[in-house]
Amino acid sequence: MTGTTLDDIKVPQKIDGGSCSTADCRKIVMDGLWHNNPGLVQLLGLCPLLAVTGNFINGLGLGIATIITLTASNTIISFTRHWVRKEIRIPYYVLVIASIVTVIDLTMYAVTPELHHILGIFIPLIVTNCVIIGRAEAFASKNKISRAALDGFMMGLGFTLVLVVLGGMREFIGSGTLFSEASLMFGDIAKDWTFQINKDYRGFLLAILPPGAFLGMGLLIALKNIIDKKTAN
Amino acid sequence: MKFKTNTSPFFSSENNVRSVMLQVLIALIPGTLVVTYFYGWGILINVTLSVFFALALEALALILRKRPVLPFLGDFSALITGWLLALALPPLIPWWVIFVGVFFAIIVAKHLYGGLGYNPFNPAMVGFAVLIISFPLEMTQWIQAGHINAVSNTLNQSQVLSLLDSIKSVLVITSPPDWDAITMATPLDAVKTGLRAGTPYTEVISKSPYLANTTSNTWLWSGLAFTLGGLWLLYKKVIHWQIPAALIGSLIIISGLFHLFSSDVYATPLLHVFSGATILAAFFIATDPVSASTTPTGKILYGVGIGLLIYIIRTWGNYPDAVAFAVLIMNMAVPTIDYYTQPRTFGYGSAIRKSHSKQPSTKEENKS
Repeated sequence: MTGTTLDDIKVPQKIDGGSCSTADCRKIVMDGLWHNNPGLVQLLGLCPLLAVTGNFINGLGLGIATIITLTASNTIISFTRHWVRKEIRIPYYVLVIASIVTVIDLTMYAVTPELHHILGIFIPLIVTNCVIIGRAEAFASKNKISRAALDGFMMGLGFTLVLVVLGGMREFIGSGTLFSEASLMFGDIAKDWTFQINKDYRGFLLAILPPGAFLGMGLLIALKNIIDKKTAN
Repeated sequence: MKFKTNTSPFFSSENNVRSVMLQVLIALIPGTLVVTYFYGWGILINVTLSVFFALALEALALILRKRPVLPFLGDFSALITGWLLALALPPLIPWWVIFVGVFFAIIVAKHLYGGLGYNPFNPAMVGFAVLIISFPLEMTQWIQAGHINAVSNTLNQSQVLSLLDSIKSVLVITSPPDWDAITMATPLDAVKTGLRAGTPYTEVISKSPYLANTTSNTWLWSGLAFTLGGLWLLYKKVIHWQIPAALIGSLIIISGLFHLFSSDVYATPLLHVFSGATILAAFFIATDPVSASTTPTGKILYGVGIGLLIYIIRTWGNYPDAVAFAVLIMNMAVPTIDYYTQPRTFGYGSAIRKSHSKQPSTKEENKS
């Protein structure tokens, strides 16, 4: 399976005047969450996907940041789509996305400094996450604001789901816990959320190291293909 | 009367996967026996468990992939993978470590890539690399050799665990009473930590119970036993001379150069060749027909690459032995090596490499 290029991403051709119909909305939702999932199908944004999913909470943190960025950037780019000339659209997208990411970066630094410290370089690197510029180019620049915003949110949610599942999987196998360090995100009430299978579990270091991310990602893609094949029959 | 006329090929050869693997099995026996003699039942238990897991997981994978089970189980390739992995593991390692290693060797490295013949990486070494990365503590606890009649007479026959105790220890029912007392650093480990601490090489050697004299150097003797098996494989033409010769040769040359440069800081070629898994790798692991280079020149490059990487990772890396990583890295280079070292096809190109000058006399010069 190879990565999808921007030209391959199908854009709904129907661009009607009003807000999107129910069937249309459902299609956007299902595309983001499953059929055209940015992590599992488009294979976009693999760098943060593989790098930060060492545990559940890191995945969730980066996922939420990506949802916000994607929704905001899709909205703004869709809003300004008639005024931006084709020749300068890419620098313009980068500027918009960079501004949004800067806002999120500084906000996270103010609100959850520990989590910001762990995610470190990967928050600023959302700028280079191909999912965001990919959706801006392929969807937001050709669709109404409401559809673009919904698409951004759903793509972000689909990406977050992959981050969370992969993070949870690697954390569970690698160190035998789940939701460790949840207090970094949810405050003191989450101190005892950490779930541990067995005190004697020695941990399986490979799952937390980079090879574990690639193996886990491969297994998730295989699982999705199996489910697709089963439902197609 | 009718005579059956067969079409070509008219020669039938015994050279199938099963017979090749059978020769490898025979060649592994002397080495395995010598290691068992030194380290006790733990080795045999490792081999038995590992082979059992390998066959079971192979059968499971074949069933899941809807392939015929018995023919593929009967070609002994899974058995060899399990056996080689077991020989690389320290004796009395817990059973679940063996299981994880075999799982990654058979399921991930072999069947996820498409089964025998399609695996780009050596399955046994993938299993070993996963284990040494994930469970460094379990993987570095080598028990002392029992039959050392060495300078330090602290070791004797009584410290060899009985079969029952060994099984109990492997199944994590009871651990041996004084675990720390019966484990000891391997020669490579001892030399590495000694040299890192700034101790001169000769002093490190004299302190190590293994390396102090030749009779107590169990690694030397097991290395020689594996060499015997390797020579059998060469004699039977199961493997070619290029990979073992290039691997050991390049290791001797580079370690010899560094040893000549400073004999206090760098270990001797003898230590590098006859400790760790060098000999096992040279004859049994690097020569894996699937993941190794297949062209004659390519085999030499492949062997030299592994030899150099073994030296580099052992000397400046952090892991105790480097064979697994060296083999895996060179496995990655195999397609490129094979691409650039294709031998001349008969009838194409010229047999003698011509010089670029157009004078007719060059042909005669080449002949002379």
